[in-house]
Amino acid sequence: MKDVFDETAPRRAWMSLMAKAPDGRVAALLDATVTPPSFTWLRAPEIGSTMVRGRAGGTGAPFNLGEMTVTRCALTLATGEVGHAYIQGRRKGDAEAAALVDALMQTDAAVTLRKTVLEPLEDEQRVAKAARGAKAAATKVDFFTMVRGED
Amino acid sequence: MYVAVKGGERAIENAHSWLAEERRGDRDVAELSVAQIREQLSLAVNRVMAEGSLYDPDLAALAIKQARGDLIEAIFLIRAYRTTLPRFGVSEPVDTGAMACDRRISATFKDLPGGQVLGPTFDYTHRLLDFKLAADGEVPEAPSQPTEPGDVPHVTDFLNREGLIEEAPHDDTPPPDLTREPLEMPAERALRLQALTRSDEGFTLGLAYSTQRGYARNHAFVGELRIGSVPVEMDIPELGFAVEIGEVVLTECETINQFKGSKTEPPQFTRGYGLVFGQTERKAISMALVDRALRWEELGEDFEGAPAQDAEFVLYHADNIQATGFLEHIKLPHYVDFQSELELVRKLRHEAGADQVQEAAE
Repeated sequence: MKDVFDETAPRRAWMSLMAKAPDGRVAALLDATVTPPSFTWLRAPEIGSTMVRGRAGGTGAPFNLGEMTVTRCALTLATGEVGHAYIQGRRKGDAEAAALVDALMQTDAAVTLRKTVLEPLEDEQRVAKAARGAKAAATKVDFFTMVRGED
Repeated sequence: MYVAVKGGERAIENAHSWLAEERRGDRDVAELSVAQIREQLSLAVNRVMAEGSLYDPDLAALAIKQARGDLIEAIFLIRAYRTTLPRFGVSEPVDTGAMACDRRISATFKDLPGGQVLGPTFDYTHRLLDFKLAADGEVPEAPSQPTEPGDVPHVTDFLNREGLIEEAPHDDTPPPDLTREPLEMPAERALRLQALTRSDEGFTLGLAYSTQRGYARNHAFVGELRIGSVPVEMDIPELGFAVEIGEVVLTECETINQFKGSKTEPPQFTRGYGLVFGQTERKAISMALVDRALRWEELGEDFEGAPAQDAEFVLYHADNIQATGFLEHIKLPHYVDFQSELELVRKLRHEAGADQVQEAAE
């Protein structure tokens, strides 16, 4: 576990949030908020993989579980801010949008974007998780004891 | 003498065209979309991701469509695609203790913290064909219930409080990777687990079943089986910190096995471990049983000659892509090989006088 109180925590949080957003969602929310600013690519969107690891017994020595697809890119705004994106799947458009949001979050646009992009994403992910959790909870077994034979 | 032959291009091209037509099937029947496969054949998608060793539901669904539902062919397509991807890095080991569980059951403890959560399971269904599915029908929304806050700890955590169970102490040794270096014996546990998680489900199931029937006795209980999603975190070198880059659904199985103790270990329960991409519980349970059987040496048990204990046998035959590649290649042209065999058999028969016997019979 990393220290969550370091200064990179907010940036880690928004990058993580966007990495897990459904197809096209970050791009749609960004487009609805601002006219995409001009930028230059530091690294054009690229599809690759990450080797996912697990631990033997859940807590022991790590082992390689298998890979997942990832899209990454990096860009610089005309004003100099650098945005990065590493997101699950093969989604170049979403990676571009996520890198733009990452860069814009370092500008004065941050307050607006938090309201129009990050908070809606957060809400949607919370609702989706809660809905799944509630369905799982409905399948939880309530045991009751039958009358014992010896009584 | 080696005779090079060419030919068959037209036949091959036409065979592939016919394959495409047969894949499509009757054109009066609506075509299947990749999204339909992803959403409605999700357990097939999960198997292809697990054995293809690449988590990407859309790609797995496409592979299933292209392979006409032949899952080993689909796994082959995924493995081939995987080799074209540059690897950006490796993740932090996932924390399955923090899993958002769809399902979490224990066969050993009835009243465990977090409860027995059945999830979307085939268990307790009657295995009668449901003809309602053959007709169009709306599916009602599944019931919901408010969730109780609280952790869902691993069952082995609280069994451990009594010291009755072998521990899995924290360790950060970088694991070997069989996709980068050839699989060599002896294989340490990390390598065995990597090979098992991508191994053929049928082969692994058969081996696991053999351990239950007595070939390498290790009576296993499912201490815990959990299915759900976990975030995947990766260190981003250009940023200098780790971010979550996505989320994967995993099935984890921990078995608890009898152990009478050895020269170095007191009597206690030992553990087998299965962790597999997707909702793949038959495979995860099988993996845990085979993992436990393969641990005989480190636990100081006897080698009983059981197939499931033989790491070389298990690991060199568990990969269905290697197996099918070697198996199926024998149907490809071997004209020259066979010609030499034919000549050898003729010569041996001549030497043995067999051809004269045949002539006499005619």
